Amino acid sequence: MTPEMKGFLLLSVLKMLFVFTVVMIGVAMLTLMERKVSAWMQNRLGPNRVGWAGLLQPAADGVKNILKEETYPAQANKWLFLLAPAMSFIPALLLSAVIPFAAPLPVDFDFTLGPLGRFVHHGLMPMVVADVPVGFLFVLAISSMGVYGIALAGWSSNSKYALLGGLRASAQMISYEVAMGLSLIPVLLMSGDVSFGAIIRSQQAGLWYVLPLFLSFFIFLVSGFAETNRLPFDLPEAESELIAGYHTEYSAMKFSFFFIAEYANVVTVCAMVTTLFFGGWDIPGRWDEQGGVLQTLATGGFFFLKLMFWIFFVMWIRWTLPRFRYDQLMTLGWKVLMPLALVYIMVICTAIYLIQHVAGITDPRLSALILFGVNIVLGILVFGLLDSGLFIKGAASRRPQTFEVPG
Amino acid sequence: MTAVVFWVFAAAAVLGATLCVLNRNPVASAMWLMSTMFSLAAIFFLLGAELIGILQILVYVGAIMVVFLFVIMLLNLTRATTDLRGSGSIGATVVIIGLLLIELLTLWRYTPARLAADLAQAPTLSDPATVFAAGELSRHETAVRGVVGGLAGPLFQVYLVPFEITSVLLLTALVGAVVLAKRRL
Repeated sequence: MTPEMKGFLLLSVLKMLFVFTVVMIGVAMLTLMERKVSAWMQNRLGPNRVGWAGLLQPAADGVKNILKEETYPAQANKWLFLLAPAMSFIPALLLSAVIPFAAPLPVDFDFTLGPLGRFVHHGLMPMVVADVPVGFLFVLAISSMGVYGIALAGWSSNSKYALLGGLRASAQMISYEVAMGLSLIPVLLMSGDVSFGAIIRSQQAGLWYVLPLFLSFFIFLVSGFAETNRLPFDLPEAESELIAGYHTEYSAMKFSFFFIAEYANVVTVCAMVTTLFFGGWDIPGRWDEQGGVLQTLATGGFFFLKLMFWIFFVMWIRWTLPRFRYDQLMTLGWKVLMPLALVYIMVICTAIYLIQHVAGITDPRLSALILFGVNIVLGILVFGLLDSGLFIKGAASRRPQTFEVPG
Repeated sequence: MTAVVFWVFAAAAVLGATLCVLNRNPVASAMWLMSTMFSLAAIFFLLGAELIGILQILVYVGAIMVVFLFVIMLLNLTRATTDLRGSGSIGATVVIIGLLLIELLTLWRYTPARLAADLAQAPTLSDPATVFAAGELSRHETAVRGVVGGLAGPLFQVYLVPFEITSVLLLTALVGAVVLAKRRL
């Protein structure tokens, strides 16, 4: 093994440890954050007994879950029942490996470490565990694996509530994967590459994609909510009708694994929104493009801020909107978001062709601004139609029922 | 190093496929088939075909196998009983397996060098040797045009007509399935 390869391996291991630790601690703290945010929105106090302001609550929950009794339902398929939490947990954690979280850091070292030999690294180190060339396709592929955990949990529990939850989850996740994949095609058209690094560079040169590709962002965000099974789309675990859906029969740490997976998925979706539509670690302006340790720290901090905003947004939505009905969910996925994404791809294709080949504008910022103008018009049209109840009919649009009062 | 990784994934693929066929529990079968798909994707990655590998996971593992699993759960199949009864079906099985074995043995003799020589001698629609010359050109294309461009170039420029014909075929199958499944259109 060459010294360069050893240096690369050493850095990779360090990055893995860092990202894994941050994600695991972050997920634990998110459970506390969710409870605090919900308490704040409902004018309560939330957990405040364990540790200062309830900061040790996640640790207490963890200890409780480890000490609880592991139960197995009668007649359950034991191996699949055990496999299910792992199948939802592993893909969720795997995804954090491909999201770049800061500007590349210049690392130079050349040292010898006893029997391990010489370690060498020169040049920029990308601040991502695995800089895969397939970029966001990797995220789409691995996140689509998450449905196995839920479907298996539902099937192997041998319980009707769990089975219904598992069926709902798989139908919902397949449906919204389509819209999610289609909503990312405009991003590909703008950047010309699927890798996260290229997408961030392209956003630095032009504008953050949320402006020129606003509808894509909207479709992606809505599908992201559905993919992570969060309210308003948490039908797989709808507690008022299915008890707890697919994890009804799970107890102790196996139950907790589903929760860790859910929060890790929320982190991934928020990181994807940040990276694809809000410039990733990019800070607006030019001063952050000088390189160096300071740049890495500042961009990392800024990425964290954006990520936290979107995580807060997810919680905000959860405690604001009521749950969709199942037919409304399917109508939204197949009859609204998917056609919308298809039409949007055509509009963006035409607009990019007109801007680059007919008008001959090559400046990325100017063409992004023109696309932003197109999006304002489209946005007014789309949201005007969506809001008028044409596609999704709520209870208000149905004929009011009248009752005869006898006597 | 690459060879070791290849043999690990190849063995996993074969093991998964075997267990998929031998398992009585349909859900477990589906899970083994999924692990086979995953190993195949890893082998694509080893070949430097990252996009095809990731599409293998995205399409087969992420969509098609989920639909399989969904149908199995919906029909609530618990234990499969074998349809292979009687001498007729066993004879048919033996014939099919024998044919597959002959196919495999023929492929065994196909070394990369012979494949390249055959492709170079037979110019077709557009010479595939220009695309597949020992992987060098595809690697070069990937470096120049990115992961997607390296595949999209041949697919949408050189092989556009076969690609469109395939998509029409799939569309026909889709329409046919809907017509067969719906009693009243």
